[in-house]
Amino acid sequence: MTTEPITVLGAGVMGVGITALLAGHGLPVRLVDTAPEQLTRAPGRIRQELRTAHLMGALPPDREQGEVSPHSGVSAARGARLVIEAITEDTGLKKAVLSEVSAQVSPGTPIVSNTSSIPIDELAEAVRHPGDLIGTHFMNPPALITTVEVVRGARTREATLDAVRGLLREVGRRPVVVRDAPGFVTSRLLHPMINQAARLVQEGTASAEDVDALMLGCLGHRTGPLRTADLIGIDNLVDSLWVLLKRTGDEACRPCDLLLRKAADGHHGRKTGQGFYTYEESAT
Amino acid sequence: MTAPTDRPTDVQSAISAFIETRTRTTPEPDVDIFAAGGLSSLFAMELVVHLEKTFGIAISGADMRLDNFRTVDSMVGLVTRLGGRVDA
Repeated sequence: MTTEPITVLGAGVMGVGITALLAGHGLPVRLVDTAPEQLTRAPGRIRQELRTAHLMGALPPDREQGEVSPHSGVSAARGARLVIEAITEDTGLKKAVLSEVSAQVSPGTPIVSNTSSIPIDELAEAVRHPGDLIGTHFMNPPALITTVEVVRGARTREATLDAVRGLLREVGRRPVVVRDAPGFVTSRLLHPMINQAARLVQEGTASAEDVDALMLGCLGHRTGPLRTADLIGIDNLVDSLWVLLKRTGDEACRPCDLLLRKAADGHHGRKTGQGFYTYEESAT
Repeated sequence: MTAPTDRPTDVQSAISAFIETRTRTTPEPDVDIFAAGGLSSLFAMELVVHLEKTFGIAISGADMRLDNFRTVDSMVGLVTRLGGRVDA
């Protein structure tokens, strides 16, 4: 296996989580963010992710952790084995960064956009070699959820798909490859459902705790839709719902007032310490 | 003299009280709180951080495994072994 580092763009929730997964399996990572405070906070957050994975027995034993180096510019993509873009869920921003990345890497370097809802073929317009672009939709936390949705765009080359499959197996993940579409499979199903769950709370039908308790106890959901919202990040969830609404016209994807209010108030879930629930660990 | 306070005065009641707040059920000391399902890795990690902060301990290495956090008894055992105190 090649030892060239993987470059991860964006030190937000998913960038940090993906970095922890890769480093926890011994792979070197260059973590890039243009916001200095994100880079400053990243080591502590990566450590927290790795501790949780360790606690749950999700890391391979006796494997030395891969080195994570912080970078402030996209030039850190140069020479990378593979680049994973995990910035804000905004089509324009993603396109701009992907365009910069494709100017840095040699043709044939897989460029992975980690997105929960934006069609890969739309993003492919921004890169020099659309065949090198592919999508993943890691769930949070990446080190604990072993299945990964992989999105093959209309122009994605077979070699790109093979490289991503190979990497995912190397870090103990099981890829499930789906066709390109807004929200793919998981977000197209999950996001309107979470939106609806929030609407039930908004309308006073049940508390967040009780909605989750019913989904867990009666329907076998592992986390509950509203705790899942907190885990995703409510700001990101709202961004994704807008992406879905715009591209599908499905009114079930129009973010409800409660979600919009939480997003506006900075109650984004686990990462801010407050969402539908309160989180003690985030206070550290 | 016993201070009239709601604050738990021993490790076991402190842990039980925390679990009660978070899960809205009163845990039996020897029952696996994760067995019933519905409690996630997130909650397990909350327990780790809470025990560290509350009792002034650092949990690492081989102690970082879910089995240490499955029951109130096992958590009391861990905290005691690591020298944790209620007023840490």
